[in-house]
Amino acid sequence: MTTQSTTAQPYLVVEDLKVRFTTEDGVVRAVDGVSFELPRGRTLGIVGESGSGKSVTSMAVMGLHARGKRTEIAGKILVNGKNIVTMTDEETRKMRGNDMAMVFQDPLSALHPFYTIGRQITTAYKVHHPRASKEDARKRAIEMLDRVGIPEPHRRVDQYPHEFSGGMRQRAMIAMALVNNPALLIADEPTTALDVTVQAQILDLLTDLQKEFNSAIIMITHDLGVISQIADEVLVMYAGRVAEHGSIEQVMRSAQHPYAWGLLESIPSLHGDPEEDLKPIKGNPPSLINVPSGCAFHPRCPYRMMNPGPCDLEVPQLLAISQPGHSVACHLPEDRRVAIYTNEVSEVGVAQ
Amino acid sequence: MIITQPSASPLEQASVAPLLTVSGLTKHFTVRSGLLGTAAKVRAVDGVSFDVRPGETVGLVGESGCGKTTTGRMLVGLLDPTAGKITYQGQDVTHRRSKKVRQDVQIIFQDPYSSLNPRHTVGKIISMPLLVNGVNPPGGVKKRVQELLELVGLNPEHYNRFPHEFSGGQRQRIGIARALALRPKLIIADEPVSALDVSIQAQVINLLRDLQREMGLAFVFIAHDLSIVRHFCQRIGVMYLGKLVEIGSREQIYGQPAHPYTKALLSAVPDASRIGQSAGRIRLEGDVPTPLNPPSGCRFRTRCWKAQDVCAVQEPPLTLKNNGAFAACHFPEEGVLIPQAA
Repeated sequence: MTTQSTTAQPYLVVEDLKVRFTTEDGVVRAVDGVSFELPRGRTLGIVGESGSGKSVTSMAVMGLHARGKRTEIAGKILVNGKNIVTMTDEETRKMRGNDMAMVFQDPLSALHPFYTIGRQITTAYKVHHPRASKEDARKRAIEMLDRVGIPEPHRRVDQYPHEFSGGMRQRAMIAMALVNNPALLIADEPTTALDVTVQAQILDLLTDLQKEFNSAIIMITHDLGVISQIADEVLVMYAGRVAEHGSIEQVMRSAQHPYAWGLLESIPSLHGDPEEDLKPIKGNPPSLINVPSGCAFHPRCPYRMMNPGPCDLEVPQLLAISQPGHSVACHLPEDRRVAIYTNEVSEVGVAQ
Repeated sequence: MIITQPSASPLEQASVAPLLTVSGLTKHFTVRSGLLGTAAKVRAVDGVSFDVRPGETVGLVGESGCGKTTTGRMLVGLLDPTAGKITYQGQDVTHRRSKKVRQDVQIIFQDPYSSLNPRHTVGKIISMPLLVNGVNPPGGVKKRVQELLELVGLNPEHYNRFPHEFSGGQRQRIGIARALALRPKLIIADEPVSALDVSIQAQVINLLRDLQREMGLAFVFIAHDLSIVRHFCQRIGVMYLGKLVEIGSREQIYGQPAHPYTKALLSAVPDASRIGQSAGRIRLEGDVPTPLNPPSGCRFRTRCWKAQDVCAVQEPPLTLKNNGAFAACHFPEEGVLIPQAA
C-alpha cells in the first residue's frame, strides 16, 4: 500500500465486517456486515444491548479472535492502512499496544493477580521498546500511573492488583493501554462496574488523554448517558448489524431508527415527570443463531410494515438520509420517521 | 445527641403510622488480618435511622461499600444487627420476628441467575415460600403460583420449566413472583434491575410500579442508578460509608440537595439529555475511605470541598435543612442544582 493512500484514509476503516462462530447449536452470526470509519482525535460510541455484536466487533479490530474452524472473519479492517483480517497472529501482536490498545470491562480479570502493577505495565512497554533498560521502563510505568491520577505512584507501582480499589485498577488498565501512546484506543464498557463518581473521573481522564495524544477512541457501552458525554459519533448496533450511525446530536436529538427510539424512551431521565411510565421495548433481544428474517428488529418494532413486507422479508440497507453523515437501516420512509420522532418519541424518557 | 426522626413533617407522621421504623441501626463485621489475626471492625452500617410508611417507596442510594445492601439485609432479617432497633408495625423485630412479620417483609435479589435454584422448577421456586410457611391458599398452591406467574407477566403454562429456560428479565420476574407469594406489605428490592439490559430494565420497573399501585406495597429500593431511583421512589436516603447523610423527598433530593455528597453524586450522573461534558460537574477526588477506619467527625470530610476544622471534630447530626430534607452536614448547600419539571 502506498503512503499516499494511508494518509488520505481515516486511521481505522472497517468494511463489511462479518464474524461467525460455529457452535453445536448452529452458526452464530455475531457481526453481520458492519462498516464504519474513525479518524484520529475522534470518539466513536458503540451502543447496543448484550449480544448486539459490539464487543465482538472490537475484538475483531484488535485481532483477538482465534481464526480456525470455528471462527470465520470476513471483510476488511484497516488500521493505519494495514488489513488486520489477513494478518498473521505475529503481525497483529506487533500492532497491539503500539497502533491500537484496549481497556477491558473487568479490570480484576484482565490484570494478572500474581504480578505487580508495575511489572505488568513495564512488560507492555518493553514489547515495543526492546532496548529500554529496566530503570527506564520502571520510570515510564511510574510516569503513566501518575498521569492517570494514581496517588503515590512510586509506592503503588510495586503493589499487586488486589491492593488497588476498583477505580484504581481501571486507571491502571488505562495506564497499561496508553503506555505506548496508541493511536487507537478501544474501551469496552470501561466504567460499567464502577460507581458514578469514579465513572466521571475515568471519563474525564479519557477525554484529557485524547486531547494530549490525539488518539481515536472507540467507546463501547450500553449507557446513553456515557455516550452523550464522551462521543462525537454514535453507532447503534442490533443483532450484529448497524441500525443507525450519525453524529451524537443526530442520534440523540433526531434518532431515526425504531430501536434507537426504543432505547431513548426506555431510559428514565433526570428531568421530566418522574411519575410518567417508561415505554419499554417489547420482547427480548433475538438469538444470534436464529436472527429474525428481514429487519432483525421487526418482531419488537411497533411501526413494522408487514403483510405484505418488506420488514419481515428484506434486510434493510444502511442508507444515508438527507442529513449529511447520518445513516439508518430502516424500511420506513424518511418523512414518516421524522414525523413519528417529533410526535411520539421526543416527549418520552431521555429523548426530551 | 438525639437523632431527629427524618420524616416529612410532624403532622404527616401523626396521621400515618409508619410500617417500619429503623433507629440507630448498626452492623459491624469483625475481620481478622495479619499473622496474629488481630481483629478489626468493618463498620458497614453505623447508626442509620429512617422509617417507611405503608405503600411508600423509599430509595437507598450510594456508592458501593456504603452499606445499603447490608441495611437491606438487616431489614429482612437476613443479618442480625449489632445495635439499633427495627420496629415493624409497632412491634420490635430487631433480633427475632414472628411468622407474620417474616411473611410481610420479602426481598428481591440483584442477580437473577444466582438467586434461583437451577434444579427447581419455576413452580417449586415460587411455591416454596407458601410451603415453608405452611400457607394453604384457597384453590391450592398450584393455582396460586399460576396466578402469580400471570401477575408478573409470565405464561402460567411455564409452571414446570427450569430457570435456565428463561432470559434474565424473565428470571427477575420469577424472583418478583416469589417475593409476592405471601402477599407481603413491604418488599426490599436490592438492585433489582442492575443486572438487566436497558430495554428490559424498563419492563421490570414498570411491573414493580404497577404492582405497587395495585397492591399498595411499600418498597425499600436499593440502587446505584440515580435516574431509576428518581423514577421509582417518592423518598430517597443517601448513604455514605455506613451513614445516612441525607433523606428527603424526590423533589428535595434531586431539585435542591442539601448535603455536598448528594450534590456531587448527582452531578456525576452522565445525563443522556445533555450532550458533551456536563458543565458545573463536581469532581470528587479519590475513593471512598475504608470502613475499617472511617474518618473522624463527618465521614465525607476527606473528599469534601467545604470541609473545615469543625468537620473533623464533630460529627454532624441529621437535622432539618432549608430544602426541607434532613441532612447531616455542618455547611449545607443552598443553591438549586437541577431544574425540575413542574
